[in-house]
Amino acid sequence: MALLEVRNLKMYYETLRGYVKAVDNIDFWVEKGEAVGLAGESACGKTSAMLAVLRLLPSNGVMMGGSVDLEGLDLLKISEDEFRDNIRWKKISVIFQGAMNALHPTKKIGDQLSEPILLHEEVDKSEAWERVGKLLDLVGVGAERLERYPHELSGGLKQRSMIAMSLVCNPALVIADEPTTALDVITQAQVLKVIKDLRRKLNLSMILVSHDLSVIAETCDKVAIMYAGKIVEFGDITAVFTEPLHPYSEQLIAAFPSVLGEKRELTTIHGFPPDLLNPPSGCRFHPRCPYTRDSCRSGERKMIELGVGHYTACEYKVGV
Amino acid sequence: MAESLLEVQGLKKYFPIKLGLLKSLTSEAPLVHAVDGVSFKIKAGEVFGLVGESGCGKTTTGRCILRLIEPTGGMIVYKGEDITNLPLEREMRRLRRSMQIIFQDPYESLNPRMSIYDIIAEPIRLQKITENTEETLEMVRRALEEMRMVPPDEYLYRFPHELSGGQRQRVAVARAFVLEPDFIVADEPTSMLDASIRGEVLKLILNLIEKTRCAFLYITHDFALARYTCDRIAVMYLGKIVETGLTEEVITNPAHPYTEALLAAVPVPDPTARRTEVVIKGEVPSPINPPPGCRFNTRCPYADDRCVEEEPELVEVDKNHFVACHFPLI
Repeated sequence: MALLEVRNLKMYYETLRGYVKAVDNIDFWVEKGEAVGLAGESACGKTSAMLAVLRLLPSNGVMMGGSVDLEGLDLLKISEDEFRDNIRWKKISVIFQGAMNALHPTKKIGDQLSEPILLHEEVDKSEAWERVGKLLDLVGVGAERLERYPHELSGGLKQRSMIAMSLVCNPALVIADEPTTALDVITQAQVLKVIKDLRRKLNLSMILVSHDLSVIAETCDKVAIMYAGKIVEFGDITAVFTEPLHPYSEQLIAAFPSVLGEKRELTTIHGFPPDLLNPPSGCRFHPRCPYTRDSCRSGERKMIELGVGHYTACEYKVGV
Repeated sequence: MAESLLEVQGLKKYFPIKLGLLKSLTSEAPLVHAVDGVSFKIKAGEVFGLVGESGCGKTTTGRCILRLIEPTGGMIVYKGEDITNLPLEREMRRLRRSMQIIFQDPYESLNPRMSIYDIIAEPIRLQKITENTEETLEMVRRALEEMRMVPPDEYLYRFPHELSGGQRQRVAVARAFVLEPDFIVADEPTSMLDASIRGEVLKLILNLIEKTRCAFLYITHDFALARYTCDRIAVMYLGKIVETGLTEEVITNPAHPYTEALLAAVPVPDPTARRTEVVIKGEVPSPINPPPGCRFNTRCPYADDRCVEEEPELVEVDKNHFVACHFPLI
């Protein structure tokens, strides 16, 4: 059984002009010890999907249905108190986008990183600090920085501290939302290396949300590609990158430049992503897709399994 | 060799740090060495990339060349004329007609209260190219068409907030090209755009460069993207150029340890790629007191005593491939 299983998840934003269908019927799962990348461009719903899993919806976010099973327990069914006491930090923790600015400026690193432990477990401060110190060593920040304030650390060290913080209560799953987006290339490489090392040492299960396919290619085992509120392709990272089954993933992957290998033409996808207030009927990618057929313009798309564990929402490659 | 359109020699920009009243009486203000002796040339029709991490001085270099900030030292020669000390109001304004800039963030660089027409027509009006409204309108229309914003009339009277990020950046590009300048600085022109629309904007820019034969200074942190845009690149570290050469040459045969490390750190959209891990330690030192000798010596895996004592000069290691390192990798 998968560690986390998301089924038919639907989350809309309520606006004066109607519902924005930010997350519309998505399925994916994370096995234990696995890292799944959730990729897509701005406003495709990837962050909204994570907020729904974490039950951290903004005030106009409305859960429209679906289930999120963590080790067999449906997280959408339990009460808010239960979720806060037993799930957050202890089962699922999160590293937010721009986490370097998420640290409290007037609190010592040791104090803020040990806060979740003190809230969730019956331990005294010195023990909590010791545990935090060990984690800081593990991510390469060093226990000697427990007494430091965030402004005394560089961006890379702050981000690593946030990663350490996500681990303080030994969660089963860590969700990282664009964990390296604001960092410089070399710092990014250092932080990604920390994440890779942690996964190996702690057998960590992760969801990594990013717009940058290169970052996902370097860190994840599987990838789910989202477009306009839907997952269009889900499967093993190598399979998806070497033989994409959905025209959108195919073109998105080809739009990323590389410093390795032959220099090839960069593809561009014509047009713009749709307005999720009134998404196109049928396949949401059909107005921009080079392979559109009549049947693409109507009906609901279902995910079909074409390779082993390789799912796509497009039929054009069936039988190819 | 073709005459360079722009030549930068030993460009320097130091920013003083503001001190408190008492400290300023007793000690001199420390200086941030943002750009410290940068030289390069760009020919007409050439795309020259400045690549580096944040704080390496690439943006400051671009702005100094356009005299948007005043350089501390060095010389900028544009079309054979030394423009380093031209009086801003009278002389420099004349040159601005042919020197333009494209900024990074189209959400900030376009005035929200001006229509697209006004935004693109503003340079025409300021430079007094024509007083004729019909002619101005025609130029604006053409500029929009060049950026594939068709039909142009549909966009003329819209405002920036009605456009998507990609469309806004196209407007910013159209505005920079409307007077057919001979030199453009583009500071991370596509870093705010999504991958699927980035390529098209870049392609349109490259088409315009080819058509107008303008010299293009492309400032970016993204090595992979620079590979697709630039004819030549220069890699900057702490205010200095450490390596420069033809783009493909620098990427396939980096000669400076910093370039090697930077390239190794760029993530690759290929999960099967087997790569050498050259993750260098630590962070960029402060530009207030840059390290003596080679500025990279504090982090360089190959550094020895000579690198601390003696600053390396840019020397040619291969044809048109220059590197500032005592122990180049090729």
